Amino acid sequence: MHSEIFKNYTQNDKSAIIPLLQDVQQIYGYLPEKVLLEVAKFTGLALSRVYGIATFYNQFRLTPLGENIIRVCRGTACHVKGSANILYTLEQELKIQAGETTRDKKFTLEVVSCIGACSIAPVITVNDDYFGRLTTKEIPGILKKYANKPKAETKKEGSAS
Amino acid sequence: MKMVELTINKIKVKAEPGMTILDAAKSVGISIPTLCHMKDLFPTGACRICSVEVEGQRNLIPSCAYPVYEGMKVETNSSRVLRARKTIVELLIENHPQDCLICVRSGNCELQNLSIKYGVREHRYAGESRQHAVDLSSASLERDPAKCILCGRCTRACNEIQKIGAIDFTNRGFKTIVTTPYNKGLNVSDCILCGQCILVCPTAALREKSAMKDVATALEKKGKFTVAQVAPAVRASLGEEYNMPLGTDVTGKLVTGLRRLGFKKVFDTNFAADLTIWEEANELIHRIQTRGILPMFTSCCPGWVKYLEQNYGDLIGHVSSCKSPHEMLGAVTKTYYAKKMGLDPEDIFVASIMPCTVKKYESERPELSGNAMQDVDAVLTTRELVRYFNLTGIDFDDLDSDDFDSTLGESTGAAAIFGTSGGVMEAALRYAYFTLTGQHLDILDFDAVRGLTGIKEASVDINGLTLNIAVVNGIGNAAQVLDEVRAGKSKYHFVEVMACPGGCINGGGQPIHQKQDKVIKRMKALYEIDKKMVKRRSYENEHVKTLYKEFFGEPGSHKSHEILHTTYQDKRKIK
Ligand code: SF4
Ligand code: SF4
Ligand code: FES
Repeated sequence: MHSEIFKNYTQNDKSAIIPLLQDVQQIYGYLPEKVLLEVAKFTGLALSRVYGIATFYNQFRLTPLGENIIRVCRGTACHVKGSANILYTLEQELKIQAGETTRDKKFTLEVVSCIGACSIAPVITVNDDYFGRLTTKEIPGILKKYANKPKAETKKEGSAS
Repeated sequence: MKMVELTINKIKVKAEPGMTILDAAKSVGISIPTLCHMKDLFPTGACRICSVEVEGQRNLIPSCAYPVYEGMKVETNSSRVLRARKTIVELLIENHPQDCLICVRSGNCELQNLSIKYGVREHRYAGESRQHAVDLSSASLERDPAKCILCGRCTRACNEIQKIGAIDFTNRGFKTIVTTPYNKGLNVSDCILCGQCILVCPTAALREKSAMKDVATALEKKGKFTVAQVAPAVRASLGEEYNMPLGTDVTGKLVTGLRRLGFKKVFDTNFAADLTIWEEANELIHRIQTRGILPMFTSCCPGWVKYLEQNYGDLIGHVSSCKSPHEMLGAVTKTYYAKKMGLDPEDIFVASIMPCTVKKYESERPELSGNAMQDVDAVLTTRELVRYFNLTGIDFDDLDSDDFDSTLGESTGAAAIFGTSGGVMEAALRYAYFTLTGQHLDILDFDAVRGLTGIKEASVDINGLTLNIAVVNGIGNAAQVLDEVRAGKSKYHFVEVMACPGGCINGGGQPIHQKQDKVIKRMKALYEIDKKMVKRRSYENEHVKTLYKEFFGEPGSHKSHEILHTTYQDKRKIK
């Protein structure tokens, strides 16, 4: 048991599930399957329920993060400015779906509701860098730049939902 | 109690306070369609098909979740209501495979019925529909999420009634799917294959894995000696598929039907139930006399055994080592009977007709094979047998009655009640009493272990020895007893557990419908069979006696251990 994670919680307290999962993600950067089994046992919830909760909220991820995290804004302004195409292009280029990580663990692709940079829509972020008024043509170049960069410092909390 | 007065469709209705509109309407013969609603469970209001109009309310109201109040005026059939319901059905259909013609639930599908009822005649909402793979991973069940309408009934049967929680809602929005953790397949989930989810699913999203082909192949193969056996609970339910009243006993017709399908011999699992009692009661007595591991748990229900192995694997020593009755019959057929009749066991094909989906998995357990041969070769559920009868043009209604084939066909009343919660216990008590006292037990009806209570307890005095017993009705009630045992605090000597609420009569392979009282009525049918029997105690079964004389020697002998007993494994994921 990861006594570290569980020490702040009472056993069989089903309501602790969300903070517990947040703690797990804080430590591992994602929710590893083995730990979810223990969380299920500790809270007295069925594993399927824990998994259901983990997949319901965008803040939780079930796979480790890649070295670079790409966030595509799908808020209203970006949508109007064609962010669907941006996302589509990224998915095609990376050969993954939103929410997934590439096989080589270089990139994680995520979708967010609004980054708060509507004035430069459509916008994506790669790690802490912003790319505004983005066109699909620019995407391969951006990806190449980050793919070749030495291992970037990535934040581990996962995305905001 | 002060009753609430309201009107539904201009009819005056008196209802108990707290009653839902749905129930109040039902009490005056107005039926409102439901999908997500489950009797006795808290309403979720997920599907909205039960919407009605309530005067003074702007929106339509889900009648399954809304309590009545004084002076309420309800319309269940206004054009607004009907339009809303139809739209819901249309939207569900558009996100559902257009498979009706080739679907196993065609003719018994709630979505199809709603479509007919609300006159859906065109596709108005063509759009993207979900694509999901079928989960064929388990030995007993198929899960086809594309056909799922997300009513949530299975998740509630699994979570709230069975307390297993193998499947649940995952993801959200358009991507919502009812599935196992990590979408990995039932075989590696916590599922015990009880099939209770199948019984509540309105569509074919959950169904049994059919063994009809295997049986058909065996029946056609030259030189195969095909044997069918029928579980106690099947005879009390199969008639429902032919619109007979709930609880009709169709034993005789069933035997004829199976003969017509081409089985060379039709045996009765009840015979083996008697045999099980000889072995199991003796094991119990032995454990008590030698201070062995107690309480002893029954082992006839493979769903329960699977649950124990997966969750309380440390307690496997408590489970009786007896094989379940149909496995015993399979084993006896391929040993004793084969020898007696001069048959090569390899040529024998045993098909079990069972009310149960787990038995399919059970028959494939490596522990239940002798000489690389499965004791039982195929398991058909009650539903599959009906399909087989239909396929082969057997008009069940018109069949004459017939008797089971002899030597492995005779049984006592004690065996008949094996199919219901408490039955194994009762049968074992009748036997143990005689063995310990040399006297027949006079009272044969133990009301304390009958009925639908979750945990039924009793103490029986046998010649100064007080036997504390418990009957766990439905796997959802097992944890309480098991936790006590684990903590060393259990006072019981003998515990019967059946995974399905009510016992095998409510097994996952039984006819699918949501009629009230089906469990109680099927139960009654079995107790009636018992009552009508001249012999009601397993030790009175002459053919079992002969079997011991000619073959096994005595209960618990070396030979019986080899052929009639089995082993279990600790399969916990975390210990
Ligand atoms: S078969 Fe039983 S345990 Fe498995 S998913 Fe269905 S209800 Fe749950
Ligand atoms: S599988 Fe069946 S019972 Fe379960 S949610 Fe889907 S439609 Fe409802
Ligand atoms: S039956 Fe009432 S909301 Fe589903």
